[in-house]
Amino acid sequence: MDEVLLLSRIQFAVTVFYHFLFVPLTLGLVILVAIMETKYARTLDVTYKRMADYWGKLFAINFVLGVITGITMEFQFGTNWSEYSKYMGDIFGSPLAIEALVAFFLESTFMGIWLFGKDKFSPKLRAFSIWMVALGTNISALWIITANGFMQNPVGYVLKNGRVELDNFWELVTNPYAWYMFVHTVVSAYIVGAFFMMAISAYHLLRKNETSFYKKSFKYGLAMALFSATLTPFIGHQSGVFAAKMQPAKGAAMEAVWETQKDMPFHLIQIPDQENERNAFEAISIPRLGSFFYTNSFDGEVIGLKDIPQDERPNVELVFYAFRVMVALGVFFLAVSWYGLYLYRKNNLENSPRYLKLVLYSVLLPYIAINAGWMVAEAGRQPWVVYGLMKTAEGVSPIALSQVIFSMASLVIFYTVLLIADVYLIIKYAKKGPESEVQFGVGGGVKHVS
Amino acid sequence: MSHDTLAIIWFGLWGLIWTVYFILDGYTLGTGMLFPFIAKNRQERNQLQEAVGPFWGGNEVWLITAGGATFAAFPSVYADMFSFLYTPLFLVLIALFIRAIGLEFMHKDDNLIWQAACKWGFFTGSFLIAFLFGVTFANLYRGLLIGANGYEGNLFSLLNGYGILGGLLFVSLFLLSGSLWIQLKTAGQTATRAYRFSRILAGVAPAMLSLFFMATVNRTPLLDNYSEQPVLWVVPVLTLAAMLLTAFFIFKKKIGYAFTAVCVTIFTKMAFGFVGMFPNMLPSRIDSAYSVTLFDAAGSKLNLTIMFIVAIVFVPIIIAYQSWSYTLFKEKIVKETAKGYQ
Repeated sequence: MDEVLLLSRIQFAVTVFYHFLFVPLTLGLVILVAIMETKYARTLDVTYKRMADYWGKLFAINFVLGVITGITMEFQFGTNWSEYSKYMGDIFGSPLAIEALVAFFLESTFMGIWLFGKDKFSPKLRAFSIWMVALGTNISALWIITANGFMQNPVGYVLKNGRVELDNFWELVTNPYAWYMFVHTVVSAYIVGAFFMMAISAYHLLRKNETSFYKKSFKYGLAMALFSATLTPFIGHQSGVFAAKMQPAKGAAMEAVWETQKDMPFHLIQIPDQENERNAFEAISIPRLGSFFYTNSFDGEVIGLKDIPQDERPNVELVFYAFRVMVALGVFFLAVSWYGLYLYRKNNLENSPRYLKLVLYSVLLPYIAINAGWMVAEAGRQPWVVYGLMKTAEGVSPIALSQVIFSMASLVIFYTVLLIADVYLIIKYAKKGPESEVQFGVGGGVKHVS
Repeated sequence: MSHDTLAIIWFGLWGLIWTVYFILDGYTLGTGMLFPFIAKNRQERNQLQEAVGPFWGGNEVWLITAGGATFAAFPSVYADMFSFLYTPLFLVLIALFIRAIGLEFMHKDDNLIWQAACKWGFFTGSFLIAFLFGVTFANLYRGLLIGANGYEGNLFSLLNGYGILGGLLFVSLFLLSGSLWIQLKTAGQTATRAYRFSRILAGVAPAMLSLFFMATVNRTPLLDNYSEQPVLWVVPVLTLAAMLLTAFFIFKKKIGYAFTAVCVTIFTKMAFGFVGMFPNMLPSRIDSAYSVTLFDAAGSKLNLTIMFIVAIVFVPIIIAYQSWSYTLFKEKIVKETAKGYQ
């Protein structure tokens, strides 16, 4: 049974990471494509149509993988976590069903209209349909995070008939934990989309391909990067303060705080030692900043891990390093975005190969940051599956070990194939560049001298 | 409304969502299974891709909704069904991957091996989804090996004669639906070839359905409800009538009517099953004491009420924009202009 639990946890972690390689890009990129479509509908300037088609193609490749890897997530609650589903289903199932009804239908139906209506329908209908896709994807994030928010901070429930039952729907949908996570996740996801667009544009700017096309694209990515990378530290800070208040163990693990203390300093460099319940190394300490990070007040009290029973603590080192990686990358994105604005304002972007190379090689970092953030949220909640109500070990299905081995092996093989195909196609079409203007002249309503 | 009434309504909605999924994805799965045999060149492949491309994603969401609605309205059915049927469901999942990727990535590369792999992936995925769901539902009619300690069967105990027959029935109905859909949506050689398949399937599908009905009488307790309420017999009679009408319209070359009739066939066939199962959702073959009924599994009254309101508001909206999308793409797809997934 322990192996089933362990493998089910690994399987869930692996499949959710795979899923979350595709989702964040979808969330941000769709908005950028929708803005391009809107610009095209308003101005009928064919450049925008080329931009929407080029970035839209990359978006579509990514989108389908997000959809299919998402179904795995829905199935797994039943297949591998049936005890959890029985106990929590009355409150956890409805956000999932609502997500399908309100969001998935919208995004899939309009994705079909947008993808196949490109050369058939008016620019206005194109713009409308891609905005509906954008709306669908972002609403979908809200509902799935509402479900996750309940696992983090159970509200609106009552214990009845040997299970958790819904008692107050309003409390469930206004759960502050969920809203903090939603805003933090979505805005961080925009960094993924923004850097994706900036990095591919940088690749072509470095090679002087279609310079005006890619400069314009870079500008779109940069605008989104500035918006999201600037907001994220504030949003992240507030949601961290709230998370630490609701889940002291997770909070303490983020900065590896062992002793409960006031006026806590912040150590820029720190190495936690989980075995001995101490930090093996602390350096470059800034007095009282730690307390501020936790409580918004420089003399606030922070609960230490030693005051939390050992069997209710998460894996401190995992949470600590994941948190550090996320925050460090967040600072990096902020710097890259603002320096990019500086270069752009000086009209010096295409003459700054070192900056462009930096952006190009940073393309994967936002993925790492956002997944590290979810690692803090999920690993930090352990050993609970629903905080304070149910432990992860209690939620697993009574299934045979061979079944889990079969499912995990086949999922890993298939996901790896999918990922290779996805990366191959994205690189191929990203390198290929946009369709030539001449071809667009025919259908795009722009006269060309030929 | 009392809790029990709400639970019964949700049982009806649960059945309806599954049924809508099978009707809609039925033609996509059928198109997938016929794809390698009907599309002989790039343009024809484009035609078939475009015949299902704008719709298949929205159709598949009905499946996700069926899963979500099971989870929300009948949590313990969701938990038991998915963990009992662990291996077949993962096979369905992988089939869903292959189908989607095969269809959408087929022409994203010019490598012939890539294209062949996608084409046969589209075929295999579609076949497996149709077959496995047919097997699953047949086993629900027959009863699962649920005992005192939970599920006692495995993948192979599902692949009994009756289960396989249920799988083949789904495959033949969806093939028929797909062959008609191709004629409705495309013109030229693809439609001509599809019609030839329709004529064969117009014999195969009714034969499968008759066999399935006979086996249902002999092998399942599904007809107990029908003996108690003889008026219910109208449902399977309608299924047979709609099936025969489908064949009739195919020979009369009234393809639109034939497609409607095959949809009615699938609808009433599913209704026949759900009516027979009522009030069981996971019937036990070992002892009915172990069966999970809709009353055992129902969510709380508040949850069912809220979900009911959400469904009442959103399902009509969904039906409205999905129908609208069908009208947007009503023109027949011809070889010369078909683009498919580029």
